[in-house]
Amino acid sequence: MSRHHLLALFDNFDEAEAAIVELRAGNIRGFNPDDLILKSPIEHPEVEGVLGNKPVHIQWFTLVGAILGGLLGFFLISGAQANFFAQIKGGKPIVPLPPNFVLTYEMFILGGVFITVLGFLICAGLPAKRSPLYSAKVSEDQIGILVSGDESAVAALKAIFSKHKALEIQEEAGK
Amino acid sequence: MEKDIREDIAWAQINKDVLRSLETPRPLYWVILLVALAMVGVGVGCEIYQYQTGMGVANMNNPHVWGLYIATFIFWIGMSHSGTLLSAILHLMHADWRKPIYRFAEAMTTFSLMTAGLFVMVHLGRLWQFYYSLPYPNERGLWPNFQSPLLWDAMAIFTYLSSSIIFLYVGMIPDLAICRDNMHPGWRKKLYSLLALGWEGTDRQWRNFRVTYLTVACFLIPLAVSVHSIVASDFAMSQQPGWHVTSSPPYFVAGALYSGCAAIISLFIILRYVFKFEEYMTLSILKKTSRLTFAIAMVWTYLNAVEFASVWYSHDEAAKDVLIQKATGTYAPFWWMMIFCGSVVPLMLAFKRFQANIPVLFAVSLLLNLGMWLERWMIVAPTFSHGYYPWAWDHDQWPSLVQWGIVFGSFGWFALLFMVFCKVFPSVSMYEVKEMVYHRSLALKNGETAEEGVH
Repeated sequence: MSRHHLLALFDNFDEAEAAIVELRAGNIRGFNPDDLILKSPIEHPEVEGVLGNKPVHIQWFTLVGAILGGLLGFFLISGAQANFFAQIKGGKPIVPLPPNFVLTYEMFILGGVFITVLGFLICAGLPAKRSPLYSAKVSEDQIGILVSGDESAVAALKAIFSKHKALEIQEEAGK
Repeated sequence: MEKDIREDIAWAQINKDVLRSLETPRPLYWVILLVALAMVGVGVGCEIYQYQTGMGVANMNNPHVWGLYIATFIFWIGMSHSGTLLSAILHLMHADWRKPIYRFAEAMTTFSLMTAGLFVMVHLGRLWQFYYSLPYPNERGLWPNFQSPLLWDAMAIFTYLSSSIIFLYVGMIPDLAICRDNMHPGWRKKLYSLLALGWEGTDRQWRNFRVTYLTVACFLIPLAVSVHSIVASDFAMSQQPGWHVTSSPPYFVAGALYSGCAAIISLFIILRYVFKFEEYMTLSILKKTSRLTFAIAMVWTYLNAVEFASVWYSHDEAAKDVLIQKATGTYAPFWWMMIFCGSVVPLMLAFKRFQANIPVLFAVSLLLNLGMWLERWMIVAPTFSHGYYPWAWDHDQWPSLVQWGIVFGSFGWFALLFMVFCKVFPSVSMYEVKEMVYHRSLALKNGETAEEGVH
C-alpha cells in the first residue's frame, strides 16, 4: 500500500499541540503516531514533550570527545618529552605534570567541542535531504506537522488537522 | 518600564527586517568598508616593507623586543572575550536581552582572534619560521618546548578560534535555513543552502540543537578564561619586574571582558544605524550593556588597585621602580591616560541619563577601548624599558611609523572582516528574536489571565 505524506500548517503552538495530542491518542488505522514530525520556526520544548520521550544522546559524544582529546593531548606531549635520550633534562622531571596539564586541558576542550558537533550532526540527521513536504512558512511564522500514513488513514488525519484550524494541508503520495 | 523588544512584532516582519540588512544597508556601510580597506592597505604596505627590509624598520631592538605588536595582540585577544560573555555566560543565565546582539558579538570574537593571530606572525619578523610555535617534531626528534607559555598560547588560541567559529556557525544554522528559504536564486541561495545543511526545524533537529548549543557554551566559558590566563602567563611566569604578579590572570580576564563590552557598545551603535536595526537593538538593551560594562570596569579598577598595592607594599624594589617609572617616566602620559580612560570615564555609565545616550555612549566606548589598548601597551613597554639590569634600560626607544601603521591596519582588517560578515550573514539572530518576542507575549498573556482571575 502506498504511503501518503501530509503536512499541516498551523498559526500557533496551541493548535499544533492540540492536533498532536489527538493524533497520538486517536488510534487511527494505518497511521503510526511515531511517524509524526513537528516543524517550527523556534524551539519549543513544551510541544516537543507531547511527542513522547525522545532522549538526546549528544552528551555521550561530548564525554568521549573530551576524554579522547585530553588523552591525545597528554600522550602527544608526554611522548615528545619522553625522548629524553635526545633532550637532556638535567635532573628535571621527564614528563612534568603541571605544565602538561595546561595543554591537556586545551585538548580536552577541543576534543569535546569537535566531537559534540559531530554528535549533533549525527543525532540531528544533518546534512539532510529535503523531506517529502516542506514549506518555507515553517521558517517564517507557522508550525508544521508532517505525518505519513496509509491511504486509508488520510481522511482521518485531514479531519483532525481541519478540526484544529490548520491553515493549509499539503499532500504528497509517496511509495 | 522600557521593553527590550516589542512583543507585537510579527515573526514574518523579523525575517523581513533582518534579511533586508543583507541587501540594502545605509550608505555609511560602504563608507566604513572603504575606510577599512584603506586602513588594511596601509597595514599591508607596512608589513611588506618590514618583511623585505627587516625588523630594524619597526625600530624594535633590545630591550623592546615585543613593541606594539604584542601589546596589540593582547588587545585583540581581549576583545574576543565579549562574544563568549554575551553568548555563553548570558545564555546560561537565561538573559533574554542578549538575543538580538549576541550574533555580532560572536562574530567579533572570531574576527578579533583572527586579527590577534596575525600579530604573532608579524612580530616574528621571520614569517617563514612561524611553524616553530606549533607542536611539531623537527629532524632531530626534538619538539618545541611544551613547558613554555608561548606554546600554550598557540594551542589555546587555536582551540578558542576553532571553537568560536564552530559556536558561531552552529548557532547560525536555523537562520541560514531562513536565508535559504527567502533568497532569490543566485550565489547567496547556493551558499545558504550549502551551509544550512538541510535544516527544516524539525523537533529532532531542535532537540539536538538545544543540547549542542548549551554544551559548547559550557565549554567556551572555561576556555575563554583559560585563554586569557595563558596570555597572562606569558608575562606572569617570567621573572621580569612588573610582570611577575599573582593577580595577572584574573586581571587579564577582567580587562578582556571590559574591552570586549566596550567594543560591543561601539559596534551596537554602528550596526543599529547602518542596518536599520532600531527595532531590535533597542535602547533598553544598550542600557543593560552599559551597566554590564560599568560593573566590569569597576572590577578592572579594583584589580588595578590590588596590583599597585601589592607591588608597592611587597617592597620588591625592581617592580616598584617599574611602577614609579610608569607613573612618572617616559610613559607617564599614556599610563595616566589609561587610568583616566579605564577608571574615570566609565563612571559616566553610572548615570542613567548617559546609559542610553547614543552619542555619549559611542564616545565613551571608544575612550574605554583606547584605555584598554593603552593598558596592554603599559603592560609590555615599561617593563622592557626598565628591567633588572640598569645597563639594559632604554626609556627612549619609540615605535616607528611601520609599527604604528601595522597596528592601524589591524583595526581596518578587523572592521573589513566584520562588516563583510554582517552583509553576508544575518547579524541579528532571527529565530532567537522570535523566541524573545514569543516569550514576552506569553508572559504578557499569562499576566493578563492572572489579573482577570484576581478580579
